[in-house]
Formats: sequence, C-alpha cells, structure tokens
Amino acid sequence: MARSVLLRHLGLAVLGLVVVVLVLESTSAFRNAQFATMAYLGIAAGGLTVLTGLNGQLSLGHGALMAIGAYTTALLLQDQQLPLVAVLLVASAVTTLIGAVIGVAAARLHGPYIAGATLALAVAVPGVALYFNDQLGGEQGLNVFVPDVPGWFADAVYFLSAQDVSGSKYVAYVGWLSLIVTFVLLANLSRSRVGRTWRAVRDDEVAAEIAGIPLGRARVLAFVVSAACAGLGGAVMALTVRITAPSGFTLTLSLSLLTAVVLGGLGSLTGALLGAALLTFLPQLVTSLGLDVGLSDLQSAQLAPLVYGLTLALVILLAPAGIVGSVRARWRRQQERATHDYDLPTTTAPPSPARTPGDEPGGDK
Amino acid sequence: MRIPARPTGTTGEGRFELSDVGVSFGGVVALSEVSLEVAPRQVLGVIGPNGAGKTTLFNVACGFVTPDRGTIRWRGVTLRRLRPHQLAGLGIARTLQAMGLFDRMSVLDNVMVGADRHAATGFGSALLALPRSARDERRLRDRAMAVLDELGAASYAGRLPPSLPYAMRKRVSLARALVSNPDLLLLDEPASGLSQGEMAEFGSVLRGLTERMAVLLVEHHMDLVLSVCDEIAVLDFGRLIARGAPDDVRSDPAVLAAYLGVEVREGAASPGGREDNSARSA
Ligand SMILES: Nc1ncnc2c1ncn2[C@@H]1O[C@H](COP(=O)(O)OP(=O)(O)OP(=O)(O)O)[C@@H](O)[C@H]1O
Ligand SMILES: [Mg+2]
Repeated sequence: MARSVLLRHLGLAVLGLVVVVLVLESTSAFRNAQFATMAYLGIAAGGLTVLTGLNGQLSLGHGALMAIGAYTTALLLQDQQLPLVAVLLVASAVTTLIGAVIGVAAARLHGPYIAGATLALAVAVPGVALYFNDQLGGEQGLNVFVPDVPGWFADAVYFLSAQDVSGSKYVAYVGWLSLIVTFVLLANLSRSRVGRTWRAVRDDEVAAEIAGIPLGRARVLAFVVSAACAGLGGAVMALTVRITAPSGFTLTLSLSLLTAVVLGGLGSLTGALLGAALLTFLPQLVTSLGLDVGLSDLQSAQLAPLVYGLTLALVILLAPAGIVGSVRARWRRQQERATHDYDLPTTTAPPSPARTPGDEPGGDK
Repeated sequence: MRIPARPTGTTGEGRFELSDVGVSFGGVVALSEVSLEVAPRQVLGVIGPNGAGKTTLFNVACGFVTPDRGTIRWRGVTLRRLRPHQLAGLGIARTLQAMGLFDRMSVLDNVMVGADRHAATGFGSALLALPRSARDERRLRDRAMAVLDELGAASYAGRLPPSLPYAMRKRVSLARALVSNPDLLLLDEPASGLSQGEMAEFGSVLRGLTERMAVLLVEHHMDLVLSVCDEIAVLDFGRLIARGAPDDVRSDPAVLAAYLGVEVREGAASPGGREDNSARSA
C-alpha cells in the first residue's frame, strides 16, 4: 500500500501529463482532435464508472448531463467574458446542481426505476433545446467560440516542441488537463472513506445502513460527483466539436458512455479511459481496415458498429468484469494463492444461508 | 437526537428498554406487548421458535420496522422516528442474520466501514487527499486491524469475504459490529452454522465482550445461550412468554410446553435450530 495516496496519485498525474505532451506533440492536428474526443469521453466515463461501478447506480442520462455542461459552455463563451478555466468550472457547477436534483430523485428509486428516470432525462433534455429555440438555437444548436490560445500557453508549447499551437491542439490540452485533474480527484475519493462508503452501499445497503451510512446521502453524493464530471466532459465536448446541438446528445451518447465503462471494467478509472479510447478509435480503425480489404465506403462505415457490438459481446462473455476488472481479478487470485496456501479451511464451510427477504430487515430490497 | 456518549445521573442510565412494543404485518402479529430491558454489561438472550418475532424485535430496535405501538428508550431517552443509520452513532451495533458482508470489498474494508462512525474528516479532505484524511484512514485501519486481530481474523484482512471459511465470515461480520465500539450489541443468530468447536470458541469470545458492552443475543443453540446469558427472554408467536435467569427459564412450564420441552434436553446443542423448532408443531 502506497504511503501516501495523494503522492501516488500526483505521481501518476505527472506521468500522465508527460505522456499527453509527448503524444499531442508528435501527432497531427487531426489526431489531436481525436484525442480531445477521447478526453471528453474519458472525463464523463470516469464519473459514470464511479456512479455505476462504485455505487451501483445505473444512469442512462449522462449524455443529457453532458449536454447541460456543453450548452452552458456555449452560452458562457458567447460574450467572451470569463477565462476558460472559469467557464469549465461554471459548466461543471451548473451540471452539478441539476445533477443534485436528479440525484435526490434517483436516490429514492431502485434499480430499473433509476434507469427509467435517467432515461427520461436523456430523452427530455434535447427537447429543452428545441423548446428554447431563441436562446439555445433549436435544431441548429449553438456555435461555440473557442477562446484564442493564451500567449503563455503558446510559448510553453513552442518551448517544448518548437511548434505552433493549433486550435485543436489547444483544445486537446485543455481536455487532457481537465481529465487528469478529474481523475486525480476521483481516484482520491475512490481510495478514501467516501469511496468505501459508496462500495458498501453498492454491496449491501442494509448492512451499510446499520454501519451508520445514510443511504440516501451516499447515493446523492455519488450522483452529484458523477454529474460534475459529465458537465465538465460536456464542456470539453463543446470546445472540441465547436457546436452544441440536440443531435449530439441523443441517447446514443449515454449508451456509448455506459459501453465504455462496461468494456473497461466497472469502477475502474483506467478502464474508463480504455473504454473512451475504444469508443474514439475503434470505429475509425475498423472503417479504414474495411477500406483496406476492399469494401466500399458505406460498407466499411457499417462495419464499425458491428465490430463494436461484437467486442462488447466478447468482453461481456469472456471478461464480465471488464478488461481492467478481469486483469485485476486474476492478479488478486494469484496473490491469494501465493500468500494463503497454508490456511485453507480445514472444515468444509456449510453453504451460507440463502437470503430470503424475511431474513433481512427492510425486505423490499 | 444526538445523545452524549456518557450520560450522567439519568434514571435508566445506560439501559436499553423496549416497552409494550407491538408490530403486525398485515394479519400476522409479529410482536405483541413485548417489554424488555437490557442493563449495561448484561447479556440478555432472546429465544423462541422460528417466526416467533426475534428478528422483528431487532428490526424494531434498529428502526427498520416502526412499531405500531410501544416505545424504545436508550440511556433514558426515547428514540422516536429512529433511522437505522443513526444507530451506530448512538452506540448500538448489530449483526445480521445473513451476515451481509460487502462481498466485493476486502475484509479490512468491510470492518473499516463499521468504524466509519469514528471518522473525523469529510468529503473535502477526501477529495483532495489531505494529510488529515490520510491520518484519519490510518487510524480507522489500525482500529479495524486491532479488532480483526482480537477475533483471530487478521490474516484474512486482504481477502474478499466470499473466499473465507464460513466461520471466519461470521467473525468478520462480528468485527464490523464491534469496531464501532458499541455499548449495546445486537447479535442475530451469531452461531448458526458453526461447528461445535467453533461455537465453543465463539462462546468465549462473547464472554470476553460482555465486560465492555451489553448484549442482546438471539440464538437457537441452547447450550450457548444458557452458558453466556445472564437472563433469557422467551418469545412465542410474538409474545413474551417467560423471562428470567437461565435456570428458571429452563424449568418454566410455559417454555417447556412452547419450545424447550420437545427437543432440547439438558445442554444438548441443536446444530440445526430450524429443524428442532418445526418439531414443536408436530
Ligand atoms: N417484513 C415483513 N413483512 C411481513 N411479515 C414479516 C416481515 N418480517 C417478519 N414477518 C413475519 O413476522 C413473523 C416473525 O418473523 P421474525 O423474522 O421476526 O421471526 P424470527 O423469530 O426471527 O424467526 P427465525 O428464527 O426464523 O429467524 C413471521 O411470521 C414472519 O413471517
Ligand atoms: Mg430471525
């Protein structure tokens, strides 16, 4: 166990930053834009994996929360008053507030009902943009005015790589810096008593409650944290895509995020990042492979969802804990075999009594 | 709602009292006119056939079930609209009949959840991983390890509960309750499924605990109950049919008729309490 959680996470953050600089400085503007996409998906998926993986709440509405962050960003950037950092923070804060309201409602619900409520959110939010046609641009959406690259930033990049900063590179940096900060904070939470509380509620709510955890508060907190991430992800998305329109925030976005989180492994930040990478790069990779083997444009484009679905099915079948989760489980088993061979149970344990509702207080689980 | 840790000078100091509690689920009367009290450091056994209302009694004590009538007093204060998560803060801990371990968390983390009541830092310091949050964690971890150690489960600290032997899982669930340092411990069938040897060990653990806290023990194993309890209350069909010292209860005619007489002879342990009880309806 690391001596200091903070030092460990900061160390990883610095390492991550180095990798980000190396990658962004050695790739084209087109790739930079793709990395920005990966960043915003990663930020939102990071928040979702905390909610779903650590706290066991399913959300089908995270795409809608991203929309709130994105529209806030577009609106704030229209009059170019605030510094970009402030815009990102406000976008995240606004989403957090709305997330808190939804979280309070969701905390009263169970399983499929949470899914239903968040699904309603996913469906309703794009409609809001259409309704407030004048302010939110209706079907066309809003253009996003990405601020100019600050002088000091351009200088810093020039110092590192003797290159000028393109707009998309700037956005990619903003996205990845946001991601790194977000992940450090999420990792801190996950390793703290807050994360432990969330896991406990996920694993057994009755036992958690008896141990002194107020279930509702724990659930709302997880939802709020997750919403903050979705809002920030949406803000970076607005900068990356340069337009916020209802068509960008359909249910598909929410489902993609869930897919990323499941693929990577529920509850794992590394997994969320891996899922975001797959989401970003797999379709393109498959399409270009299709073209290489002589398929038509259309056929190659159609191949992507197919391969994607297949990947998902394979992961669920072969590694139900997700990619990172499965690797970790294997590692854990090996560790246990190595350290605990000597104290295997001598008496065969009776099967634990089956859980019947009557056995448990609050049997309406 | 918050009650000072060491109340002074009140009548009923340190006592846990249920008076005239009644609960019914639809047509089923689970508890009726049940009054009990547990004094500090007393071990009160609650026995009774399956469905007698023992777990319901605990659920009332914990706020999972709101009684139709009756009151609960703890350290001289009436607990109204008690919520289960407030219990730990009041110095009351409980184990669940089905253990309820957090299966995807290490044994150490399981026990640390129980110690959460003693955490001093909040969300902000956790988010920023401030040094005081780290200090707090270390304190909780030491506390949890100490309890695991005391119960002989320290070597399992890093493992997941499903990989543990059954008896060890029971100890972990006990450790999670004990780590909150309660003044009253509610144990719901802590010895079910244990072998003779394991039960003897558990009995001595239990006797060690009673120097520090009051215990309300629901258990089917009569020899355990008779050997550790200062007093025994007998429930049958939701009613308190007897209450007194182990020897008195054992020879109480009503108890013999309702419960003991059929199966349990002097000191005979009944490995499967459930089967025994079904005999009474025969
Ligand atoms: N949540 C509930 N809803 C409806 N009926 C319930 C509920 N909880 C308990 N009961 C009923 O109340 C009665 C008492 O049940 P309880 O679980 O308290 O018995 P018990 O003494 O703990 O039994 P066991 O020895 O099997 O654990 C039973 O008839 C049971 O079916
Ligand atoms: Mg019971």
